[in-house]
Amino acid sequence: MSGRQGTGVMRHLLLLAIAAGLSTSLLSPLSAAREILDATGRRVVVPDRIERIMAAGPNAAVVLYVLAPEKMIGWPSAPRPNEREFLLPAARDLPELGRLTGRGDTANLEIVLKAKPDLIFDFGSVTPTYTSLAERVQEQTGTPDLLVDGRLDQTATSVRLLGDAFGTVERAEAIARYVEETDQLLNARIKAIPQSERHRVYLARQPNGLETGLAGSINTEIIERAGGINVAERTSGRGGIANVSMEQVVAWAPDTIVTWDANFFAQVYSDPVWAAVPAVSAKRVFLAPRLPFGWIDAPPSINRTIGLRWIAALLYPDRFPQDMRQVARTFFKLFYRVEPDDAALDRVLAGAGPGERRR
Amino acid sequence: MKDARVSFLLLAVLVATFALALAIGPFQLHLADVWHALVRIVGAGEGQATSADIVFTRVRLPRVAAAALVGAALAGAGTAYQTLFRNPLVSPDILGVAAGAGLGAVVGILLSLPVIGIQALAFLAGLGTVALVYLIAAALRGHDRTLVLVLSGVVVGALAGACISLVKILADPYDQLPAITFWLLGSLAGAKLNDLAVVAPLVLVGLVPMVLLRWRIGVLSLGDDEARALGVDVARLRPLVIAAATLMTASVVAISGVIGWVGLMIPHIARMLVGPNFDRLLPAAMLLGASFMLIVDALARSLGRVETPLGILTAVLGAPFFLWLLARGRSTWG
Repeated sequence: MSGRQGTGVMRHLLLLAIAAGLSTSLLSPLSAAREILDATGRRVVVPDRIERIMAAGPNAAVVLYVLAPEKMIGWPSAPRPNEREFLLPAARDLPELGRLTGRGDTANLEIVLKAKPDLIFDFGSVTPTYTSLAERVQEQTGTPDLLVDGRLDQTATSVRLLGDAFGTVERAEAIARYVEETDQLLNARIKAIPQSERHRVYLARQPNGLETGLAGSINTEIIERAGGINVAERTSGRGGIANVSMEQVVAWAPDTIVTWDANFFAQVYSDPVWAAVPAVSAKRVFLAPRLPFGWIDAPPSINRTIGLRWIAALLYPDRFPQDMRQVARTFFKLFYRVEPDDAALDRVLAGAGPGERRR
Repeated sequence: MKDARVSFLLLAVLVATFALALAIGPFQLHLADVWHALVRIVGAGEGQATSADIVFTRVRLPRVAAAALVGAALAGAGTAYQTLFRNPLVSPDILGVAAGAGLGAVVGILLSLPVIGIQALAFLAGLGTVALVYLIAAALRGHDRTLVLVLSGVVVGALAGACISLVKILADPYDQLPAITFWLLGSLAGAKLNDLAVVAPLVLVGLVPMVLLRWRIGVLSLGDDEARALGVDVARLRPLVIAAATLMTASVVAISGVIGWVGLMIPHIARMLVGPNFDRLLPAAMLLGASFMLIVDALARSLGRVETPLGILTAVLGAPFFLWLLARGRSTWG
């Protein structure tokens, strides 16, 4: 290898280095930039210091609130009055900015840009559709847009990735650990339960209880993860929300019903039709808590971590004897940084706790 | 008599489809179960009701009866509207009853009302929308009455549609939006005895004036001037027919959700069978409509484990059939 060739290589490298330095400084003049590999395989260049983050949808808003409430700039939809007491004062008063996921958007791009976010991110589906939509949002707003996998079994990985991006690594580590510990706890206590002894669960939605989530859908994966069998097995396709007939529910004969609809819960025991369902005659209908975010769904984000514990405990109380209030208190403190008193926790769990079956 | 034979045949078809629909469903019912349930209905049964009893008496029977009622009411209302407007393209939705009922229901869902509240809102909003359309048309004098009425219906219907879209934007995407979508596609999955007890009398109230005034309504199809010449008080008869048909439509839509095609297609088929005279057309269309809905609803609950929305099935079955009718090219109108 001759000397001339060596200096040539050196010169190229030097030029490259200058070009790279120029381009990064042009992209973000105030701070150094770095690359984050998001769940879709896109390399997204984000500023080194991120102070203002926008959650593109409700799923992302929960993650953002948990990981970095001080960096939130708003909510996709503002917290409702009954949710506010379980949220930090600084965060709950933030404005409503709308959704910016690329589908059914309600966010006004000009308002979003006026809020000057350093980063936009979404937490959920990472299909090609959503990938290209995130790409479009990024192009249009000139703001980096991360897309992170929101599936239940990817939670810990996704949380760590976001902690890295947000600059809240320690916080993310604590959350990811809790998620992993919950996972291990469930594995240790549920795996041994044979299929024949597992509870058959029906998820009732809407006041008439005839809307459900099919097995394998994002709306019910938490039931299956907590050791229940979703009676609404899917026949084809990806599954999702479906209407079912009353006789189909009777034919499925679930021994447990989980609902989040207070109207349905209030009348199910007095309805002669539902009396034909074993879960109802056995008084095993449970109202899922919804505060401050849904425990089993709505939105399907990391708020479901507590729902896993809750469902596992109501299905297999012998294996999960812990007081749900205690579990909830720890979870609220770690995830939402609030410490509700007993009365508030009772309200959250009203009509919901295993063993506490109100008529 | 050919007509008598046709009527008898249609009645037989209805009875057969009713029995068939009773036998179809995801819960396996045996004849012994049905007998047991029937014995209990007449009060001779003893002991606790079994699951099969409850399924037959409180789920399957009300649902099948509701399907027949919805089909008959929509087809009857469609026949009345088509005769009134002298136009084969008219359906019960022409004056905005479905759009209005849809708006009422989605607002009810948005407000998280219980089922009965959603149904009541749908019913009242359906009636209210048509009343509004009629008042607007009455206020716009000096134009063709029918034209103004239909145009007001289109305009108010479009407004209601826009409001439905607005509610969809405002609704909770996890909880309310799917419910709104399902409601707007129609379903009888939740039909109950109590619903029938309220809705059947309302349909009857709408039906009685149509039956009593069937000759005069038939005369309306000749045109306002001819009807007047024959001594029919058009100015009073028209709102009465609209009110009656709207009442029938709004009350069934409140329990079934929006179901298209039935009120448009069934009167056509009936007209092919018995001709255009309203007094023969009305019973034929209602019998046919009931049978059609029984079949569609039986499909809706047995095609898969989850319900197929009725609005999808009526369109998928109805649209090709309707095209086939058109392709046959036989003018059966007028």
